[in-house]
Amino acid sequence: MNKLNFLQPDKNNLNTYLYTGVILVALSIFLVFLNSFFEKDLISFLPGTLSFFLPLILGFIGLHLIRIEYSGLKFLDSVNKNINTNNFNAFLSLLIVFAVIKSLPPILSWFILDANIAGDSKDVCTGTGACWTYIKIWFNRFMYGMYPNAEQWRINLSFIALAFLGTIGFFATEKFKKYLTLYYVVVYPVIAFFFIFFFISGGPIFFDFSYGIIAAVISIIIGFFIPSKFKMYYFIIVPITLYILLKYVFFYEELIELGKLEALEWVETGAWGGLSLTFIVSFFCLIFCFPIGLFLSLGRRSDFPIIKYFSIGMIEFWRGVPLITVLFMSSVMFPMFLPEDMFIDKLVRVIIAISLFEAAYVAEVIRGGLQALPRGQYDAAKSLGMGYWKMHILVILPQALKLVIPGIANTFLALVKDTPLIFVVGLLEIVGMLNLAKTNPEWLGFAMEGYVFASVLFFIICYAMSKYSYNLEQKYKTER
Amino acid sequence: MSDKIIQITEMNKWFGDFQVLKNINLEVEKNKKIVVCGPSGSGKSTLIRCINRLEEHQQGSIVVDGNELTEDTKDIEKIRAEVGMVFQQFNLFPHLSILDNCTLAPIWVKKMPKKDAEDLAIQHLEKVQIADQANKYPGQLSGGQQQRCAIARALCMEPKIMLFDEPTSALDPEMIKEVLDAMVNLAKAGMTMIVVTHEMGFAKEVADEVIFMDEGMIVEKAETKEFFANPKSDRTKLFLSQIL
Repeated sequence: MNKLNFLQPDKNNLNTYLYTGVILVALSIFLVFLNSFFEKDLISFLPGTLSFFLPLILGFIGLHLIRIEYSGLKFLDSVNKNINTNNFNAFLSLLIVFAVIKSLPPILSWFILDANIAGDSKDVCTGTGACWTYIKIWFNRFMYGMYPNAEQWRINLSFIALAFLGTIGFFATEKFKKYLTLYYVVVYPVIAFFFIFFFISGGPIFFDFSYGIIAAVISIIIGFFIPSKFKMYYFIIVPITLYILLKYVFFYEELIELGKLEALEWVETGAWGGLSLTFIVSFFCLIFCFPIGLFLSLGRRSDFPIIKYFSIGMIEFWRGVPLITVLFMSSVMFPMFLPEDMFIDKLVRVIIAISLFEAAYVAEVIRGGLQALPRGQYDAAKSLGMGYWKMHILVILPQALKLVIPGIANTFLALVKDTPLIFVVGLLEIVGMLNLAKTNPEWLGFAMEGYVFASVLFFIICYAMSKYSYNLEQKYKTER
Repeated sequence: MSDKIIQITEMNKWFGDFQVLKNINLEVEKNKKIVVCGPSGSGKSTLIRCINRLEEHQQGSIVVDGNELTEDTKDIEKIRAEVGMVFQQFNLFPHLSILDNCTLAPIWVKKMPKKDAEDLAIQHLEKVQIADQANKYPGQLSGGQQQRCAIARALCMEPKIMLFDEPTSALDPEMIKEVLDAMVNLAKAGMTMIVVTHEMGFAKEVADEVIFMDEGMIVEKAETKEFFANPKSDRTKLFLSQIL
């Protein structure tokens, strides 16, 4: 038998060290576990300080004893390599394990063991834990805001339909793959807009539609006789003019009757709210802020002084003011600049404001990517005869955007978490609804549950987004 | 029109206060191969970058294939499409495969159908002997292979003139030969070439004329044999004695 030296464990007496060490570590964890879960202190007979630190000391000695290099045991080696490389790391590992054990009981008891979910009034919440009844009762409001209960199927249906349309990319056959980008960038947002505008908002659908359809049909028929040289201008100008003429000059009286054929009850945007509003605002802001930011970042690097200084001005202005002021301005100041009879919905103004605000950040992130590209890429593209747009679309942006995926994801996550600020204009998305609910006299004192609930929802949304961005990064990774 | 494809007269260029090119006069005839050599910082690269207007000149005129290079942007892109360029740092597009690197400009600039562009690209990649790498990405290739791909990419635009900006300077010595071979083959096929290089062996083999530049001026311009056998200026003699 080899001599035992407890200060320097070695491989020769592997088992002795291993058993002693494991017993000590297990004992220390057991002590903390008992203390934490059953509030029993087996070592309370010791003086106060010692009994407090004893588990730590035991565990520390135990970890020291099992720190044997190349023991040949796979598990032991991996433990040593990962949490037990030296005395300091062993100490930190122990602390973390103890902290987790210590904090589990209160968390569990608050979330589950002492929590209440049964019943439908505040009276059932007698325990010390969370009162999930509160969330249960208010769940509808947290999801849909003040949207009328009877009409909530419209929101559900729209979101399910949009979610389904969003997954189309996975089913697309090879033939349609090349149109996917177009679909997601242009078609999908338009569909989403129509769903929200006509379905969630409701109201006199036929009213606007009929003018639009008549205008479109007439302009397409006339369009056949227009020389192709002017077609582009024609199709921009004529339908809009026709639409306005139809609406305000020709058929005003007649069609207003038709407009009363309301299929769905109109729900004003002020009544929208909860998580569905969070989704609507985030979705449109994300979609709008990206292209605006892209153009601003290109504009900032432009050679034309007007475009350049306009872009710099936009970026610096929007970055320089707090979002809450911007939102406030959008609801109070902005309408003053509009003509008397012109009305832009509150929600639309908010979406525009947030989009412009975040676009400034996106612009600077993209500019970072543009500057990271070597000048040779520009030279090569130019030497092949590409102009400004071809060079950027085919060569520069694909590389620059790939570089800035983490930065863009960062900005987008910040955007989603900025949406609660729209409460300043009276739109109550999920956090706004929470604030409203917690001040309800019948449900006072449950703010904590509400905020935890909202945090969990936001975490799920944001974590999904960050995972997605990470996947994108992996997908577009190429060797340089 | 004469068969002078490039005509540079009285050209001056400044970077800020610093004059990089002084009173350059140069004429290049069709199918001629010109080698430009000289110490670093002498303005060789700037000169050939001026020929497809990657740099703007401030005085004098540059006429390429009958078109004068001016501020008119539309013209510039048309001229650039006719002037191929190969860079010291290859400058392949790292996000595209070798084949896509070669077909990108023909498809989008020349509006060539995709199938034709791919056939053309394979044809040129075969000429530089990397057709088997067509589906790899630039990052997966060696320096020599990348540079040969860059040559193929420029050739896919079917240019009338090829400019080479120190094409072998960033390469390992072992890979220089494969790139020079590709360039020699190209020269033999009758391409008009302007090559900035320190490879005097290459100059002796293919060049019709050699230009020696120093401090932004053309110090000496002579037939290849004459240039190496019988250099006139002292500066050239010194340069040649050091480099050979």
